[in-house]
Amino acid sequence: MTAPAHSIETLAARRRRRTSRHRLTLGILAGLVFALFTLTMVLGQSYTPLTTVIRVLMGENVEGASFLIGTLRLPRALVSVLAGLCFGLGGVVFQIMLRNPLASPDFIGITWGASAAAVFSIVVLSLSGPPVSIVAVVAGLLAALLVYGLAARNGVAGARFILVGIGISAMLRSVTSYILASAPAWSLQDALRWLTGSVNGAQISDVLPLLLAFTLFGGLLFTQRRDLEALRMGDDTAAALGVKVARTRILLIIAAVGLIGSATAITGPIAFVSFLAGPIAARIVGGGGSVLIPAALVGAALVLASDYTGQFLLPTRYPVGVISGVLGAPYLLYLIVRINRKGRSL
Amino acid sequence: MTDPRHILSVTQLSAGYGEIEILKTLDLDVPPGKITVIVGANASGKSTLLRTMSRLLSPTAGQVLLDGKSIHHTPTRELARKLGLLPQSPIAPEGILVDDLVRRGRHPHRGLLSSWTRKDEEAVEHALTATRTLDLAERPVDELSGGQRQRVWVAMALAQQTDILLLDEPTTFLDINHQVEILDLMVDLNRARGTTVVMVLHDLNLGARYADHLVALAGGKVHVSGTPEDVLTEDTVRSVFGLESRILTDPTSGRPIMVPIGRHGMLDGHRLAEGEGHE
Amino acid sequence: MFSKVPSGHRDAVRSFWLVGLFALLGLLVVLSIVVGTRDVGTDDIWAALNGQTETIGQSAIAVRIPRMVLAVLAGGALALAGAVMQGVTRNPLADPGILGVNSGASLAVVLGVAWFGISSPEAYFWSALLGAAVTTLFVYAVGSLGPGGATPLKLTLAGAATSVACVSLFIAVILPLNDIAGGIQTWLIGGVGGATFHRIVPVLPFFAAGLLISLLSAHKLNSLALGDDLAAGLGDNVALSRIIASVGAVLLCAAATALCGPIIFLGLMVPHLLRLMTGVDYRWLLPLSTLGGACFLLFADTLGRVVARPDEIEVSIITALFGAPIFIWIVRRQKVREL
Repeated sequence: MTAPAHSIETLAARRRRRTSRHRLTLGILAGLVFALFTLTMVLGQSYTPLTTVIRVLMGENVEGASFLIGTLRLPRALVSVLAGLCFGLGGVVFQIMLRNPLASPDFIGITWGASAAAVFSIVVLSLSGPPVSIVAVVAGLLAALLVYGLAARNGVAGARFILVGIGISAMLRSVTSYILASAPAWSLQDALRWLTGSVNGAQISDVLPLLLAFTLFGGLLFTQRRDLEALRMGDDTAAALGVKVARTRILLIIAAVGLIGSATAITGPIAFVSFLAGPIAARIVGGGGSVLIPAALVGAALVLASDYTGQFLLPTRYPVGVISGVLGAPYLLYLIVRINRKGRSL
Repeated sequence: MTDPRHILSVTQLSAGYGEIEILKTLDLDVPPGKITVIVGANASGKSTLLRTMSRLLSPTAGQVLLDGKSIHHTPTRELARKLGLLPQSPIAPEGILVDDLVRRGRHPHRGLLSSWTRKDEEAVEHALTATRTLDLAERPVDELSGGQRQRVWVAMALAQQTDILLLDEPTTFLDINHQVEILDLMVDLNRARGTTVVMVLHDLNLGARYADHLVALAGGKVHVSGTPEDVLTEDTVRSVFGLESRILTDPTSGRPIMVPIGRHGMLDGHRLAEGEGHE
Repeated sequence: MFSKVPSGHRDAVRSFWLVGLFALLGLLVVLSIVVGTRDVGTDDIWAALNGQTETIGQSAIAVRIPRMVLAVLAGGALALAGAVMQGVTRNPLADPGILGVNSGASLAVVLGVAWFGISSPEAYFWSALLGAAVTTLFVYAVGSLGPGGATPLKLTLAGAATSVACVSLFIAVILPLNDIAGGIQTWLIGGVGGATFHRIVPVLPFFAAGLLISLLSAHKLNSLALGDDLAAGLGDNVALSRIIASVGAVLLCAAATALCGPIIFLGLMVPHLLRLMTGVDYRWLLPLSTLGGACFLLFADTLGRVVARPDEIEVSIITALFGAPIFIWIVRRQKVREL
């Protein structure tokens, strides 16, 4: 620990140093995401020189590489990054808002609401493309509002919100499994996408809706970021600081669910990303700093790394959700133990 | 600081949780620039009153007025610049540094995109110095002792720079030395900046020791209010707490001090007259 | 003790429920044999009950009988296990599904199939038992760390998180195995559809043992309900009581999961509804829950065969649809500070 600051000037100087360290951390994380993205573009089943990749991206038609890069690798990498950003950001918002890292959308019904709706609109209503995303976002919102409404009694208590969410989540997961099991063409790959998440078969047309959703809901989140920080100190303290707690919560829920729902509609509920990103980011950033952007970057890195591992580093090809789920499980267990011992976190 | 001071008052206030009404048409004027302490038995409505006065709770009837205007119709941010509150159990985000926590007190003064200003800096500096937490500024809040942590929370509320500060049982869970420390700090603030302080306290004697204006609640109404000497009487203690007591004078402060009378442990000759006890 | 309060009326109510549930069970048993996705005439039903399987109708009935037996066994087992777990953890939200015990058992079975090539009903049961026991211990240990002990919130979150982890691992294990991967849905969606006596009989002793241990622990659960300190003050070995009762519950969960896959919420809702009707005395609650669970699962199975003809809805879907609202209702009833 540094020596106590006896004057306000040293304090301010050290604070500036902390800020620049925070920026450096952000830079490193962004660099990591970029590196993983480049790796995905360059090295798959075969190696494509970086120069070739750049030429293809510039619009040049390169024999043998254009299809590989433009149709297979690029959409997959872009969808991975965007979905990771969405999951990471949406997850950390819930974790901060409910003051419990286990209150991630994975566990409290949001992701499963979106997933069940996506499955329903694909299997039963035979929809595809953007309408699926819209249905998923709307259903995620409905699930969230349902949870919120049911949890409200003399104000929404975080604990009740989480528990009601778990109840709804269990129900929706059953519904998803049921629709999948009774679907006429039961295909394992499809089923897995909607049960654990996958970026297999990502298309360039998936990128735009995801990007739009990220901009829209991420922007909404940006306007609420300081109120979210205030909520970390308890509803009473936040209210004392002039935060309209109920309104802020609703806006935050809309933003987070929008992010989660849009990503889920494309990739399915990629296991644990929205849960893991926040706590990992918090550890990297250290106490007090804002974890929103770091969490988004960690989310993107997680999806990219898990997908790469599932594709190329193991004897069997696994969808990304299986890898993130298996990688996430031990960390999850460690985290539960740590959180419970200390009471809470984030 | 700013003049004229803001005036907080409560008229015909009823409030409660769900169907249960706790405050019943309560009236209270908070004397500006003074320390007001609210005491009462459990469930007498002290915390409910404080929560309603700080708009954490909406009244079912009546109003809380700040300069004659209902606080429940004042924009939250504007209110938060005039009226500060330290809730009973605030939560420190894990790993947060004291400095960062205190800076959060500037929340109501900051806009969507506005950056950290000179004025913000001064407010934080003042809050840290006033609460003697400057030396702790770079330590994580989790690592502090109970008394230090409470000083940090007070610092955060100070950084908010409000003329009125409400505190809900600021001394609970603290050792007696830290209780006194926090209350002394309140007096410092009140003397130095003329801050109007309203506190709910559990301990009658500490309340009488530190209050300029003592308010005793019973059954959701103000039972009696005034100077500690006027309020802390054997009659008040009997009707508010249902307890027989003696009121003495504290030789150090000259304030009244309450000594409970139970049924046991008395010297001969101090027994209550027949029929006065509860036997 | 507290059961000595004037309780003539209470006992009458409880006896009424006991008799009523028995009658209901009888009725449902008949219904579940008569009603199904296919309409079968009375002649065929009688013939099938006498062992004939010549017509399609008769064969359908022959399939329905083991199915009925399994629904009764699994329903009773899960509801009883739920009631015991609620007593052991003093936690109103305890349920084998919610605490992740079912998913742990499923994972263990799949691991057994994938890595050790198990195939007999006994081996299924033993792996399910191991999985259920490890998960129970784990979730309880994790959920009770830290201040406040095993609060409903901590325990439930630990269970939910563990079950997500188990499902992920489960899929990772099953995915490369093309020959069993197709059967994935039987392990993700619990049901009694594939029941045969050949599979049920080897597991029967475990149902019996679990039932016996659980029912005998009723008295201990009554003491535990007063809090650990008071229970110890009344002369109980708290830790031992907990372990014994948990062994009973885990046996029941494992037996049910080995045969049916994960069924959620049954163990939560049945004891709760019955507690509401008949009070908190475990000596009554445990047998009543067993009966109630059997009734409910049988009802769910029969309903699932009727509403979606010619398809069937698996029982676990029905219990989830009925159970989630009840779960939420319980959560809403709790005071925040008790969560």
